[in-house]
Amino acid sequence: MDYLMAFIVGGLICVIGQILMDKTSFTPARIVVCFVTLGVILGALNIYGTIVKVGKAGATVPLPGFGYSLAKATIKEVDSKGIIGAFTGGIKGTAGGIGAAILFGYIMALIFNPKTKE
Amino acid sequence: MQVKENKIKEKFHKVTDESSPKSKLAKNCVYAFIVGGLICDIGQFFYNLLISNGVSMEDTSTWVTIIMIFIGALLTGIGIYDKIANFAGAGTVVPITGFANSIVAPAIEFKKEGYILGVGAKMFTIAGPVLVYGIGSSIILGVIYYFISR
Amino acid sequence: MVLGKRIGKQSIKLDSKPKIISAYSVVGPKEGEGPLSEYFDLILKDDLNGQKSYEKAESSILYKAITECIKKAKIQETDINYLLAGDLLNQISSSNFAARDLDIPFIGLYGACSTMTESLSLGAMIMEGGFANYLLAATSSHFSSAERQFRYPLEYGSQRHPTAHWTVTGAGAMILGKTGNYPYISYVTTGKVKDYGITDVNNMGASMAPAAIDTIKQHFQDTGRGPGDYDLIATGDLGKYGKDITSKLLKEYGYDIEKKYIDCGDEIYGSSQETNAGGSGCGCSAVVDCGYIYKNMLSGKLKRVLILSTGALLSTTSSLQGETIPGIAHAVAIEYGG
Repeated sequence: MDYLMAFIVGGLICVIGQILMDKTSFTPARIVVCFVTLGVILGALNIYGTIVKVGKAGATVPLPGFGYSLAKATIKEVDSKGIIGAFTGGIKGTAGGIGAAILFGYIMALIFNPKTKE
Repeated sequence: MQVKENKIKEKFHKVTDESSPKSKLAKNCVYAFIVGGLICDIGQFFYNLLISNGVSMEDTSTWVTIIMIFIGALLTGIGIYDKIANFAGAGTVVPITGFANSIVAPAIEFKKEGYILGVGAKMFTIAGPVLVYGIGSSIILGVIYYFISR
Repeated sequence: MVLGKRIGKQSIKLDSKPKIISAYSVVGPKEGEGPLSEYFDLILKDDLNGQKSYEKAESSILYKAITECIKKAKIQETDINYLLAGDLLNQISSSNFAARDLDIPFIGLYGACSTMTESLSLGAMIMEGGFANYLLAATSSHFSSAERQFRYPLEYGSQRHPTAHWTVTGAGAMILGKTGNYPYISYVTTGKVKDYGITDVNNMGASMAPAAIDTIKQHFQDTGRGPGDYDLIATGDLGKYGKDITSKLLKEYGYDIEKKYIDCGDEIYGSSQETNAGGSGCGCSAVVDCGYIYKNMLSGKLKRVLILSTGALLSTTSSLQGETIPGIAHAVAIEYGG
């Protein structure tokens, strides 16, 4: 059941992205920025939390989910540490992802070379 | 002659639109849905696996993010991710594996310019905005939240 | 004493008839699998050409085209008075580094994808003025070096637009001489920059079409010729969709070129090669001109051809700053036995 909901919710979020890609002149980079920011806003307003309950990984794996993690972590940190939490919370909460991106990005660059497109 | 060119300039945009190929929106959406959904299911698999092994919800969340980034990075390094992206479109751009791809692709590409000024400097050329706007908006949000909840 | 004269607004008639005494084309593996493969002189198996980077590869491919072209003409490098070359890379580095290894006075040109006919027309004028015995015009492009400069890293997962082009990996070189029984240049028409407001970097064909239309129209008006005077009119890389726009709008000027008209970008790849709108890059028109067109002229299949390489003059920053994309096209009329 988890898998079905994750598939549907995740798929739908991607479809919204696809429509933006095909119908507007938005580049993928712009769309992804909008999604992450939207995730932050909806996360703060407690709306995305509901989507996560329903879609589970279908809501956390797409990029709005990254924004949601940022928002959740920031709020938690502000609750416990005050205003300084606004600055530290987001990065603290997503540190795992950012660290992984830097490490794996570097390792892959060490090992692999780009391949010609056919 | 200038008058004639102006007339043709006006016709140009109309003719350009007529000559444009039809977008394959329906087909693209189907692939985006399927591939995006599958990637999320892979995330769900690891989530369930870790929870059932007693890992806390918060740590599981972080681990799943790390694992999905690793998968995206590996598939990019091997050279498969761009092949999938060609038909999956947003199905590969929107999930966090796409974030990993947008970091690993320039890292691999700009290796030719060295490890510091190539890999190091260019790694975040595509993904940088995600971090700037994501983290930036979370900070603003945090400040607003602080003042609202006092 | 300067021969020839200016005719009309933008054209020159070349009384000395500079001869194309040799032409050589080198292409990458993908182009070698296309419908024109039999016309190319060399098809590479590896698009890195044994080099360490794509930029170095492109320069080595250009160098190969130039040196083989010289061998074919049975002259020495030192016989050539000028090398006119350009490419898409920043500071035309492919041409600069190829020229570094050649013993020929070098003039570097940037016309984006219009460089082949840009260099040929300037070369023809230099010959006409009596300033050279032999002159070499060459250009190159490479899919991977163009992608990493203008678009995305190779492994980046993006979906190509239906109107996107595929940059050709290839180089073409032609040598102009004064004597001999060869196809010769009869007219050149130099184009003006035309910008009809296209902002979409994924729609290069539409951005270059206005320049092609304007130059073709001007060539006919200046020379008094019409579509019927040519066996073939070939634009560089307008692609499937830009070709359609050009054909339709030229009719508004009273010229119907449809039956004689091909576009090199549209012809170089087969429909199964998934290149959407078709080929692009300086190498596109260069290899088709040096391969398909030149060889068909030598064999007598084509007697009078009008070639136009077309270029989109945007930079990597101009589009980000909201600029539209200007285009340019230069026409060269080549004749043989007609």
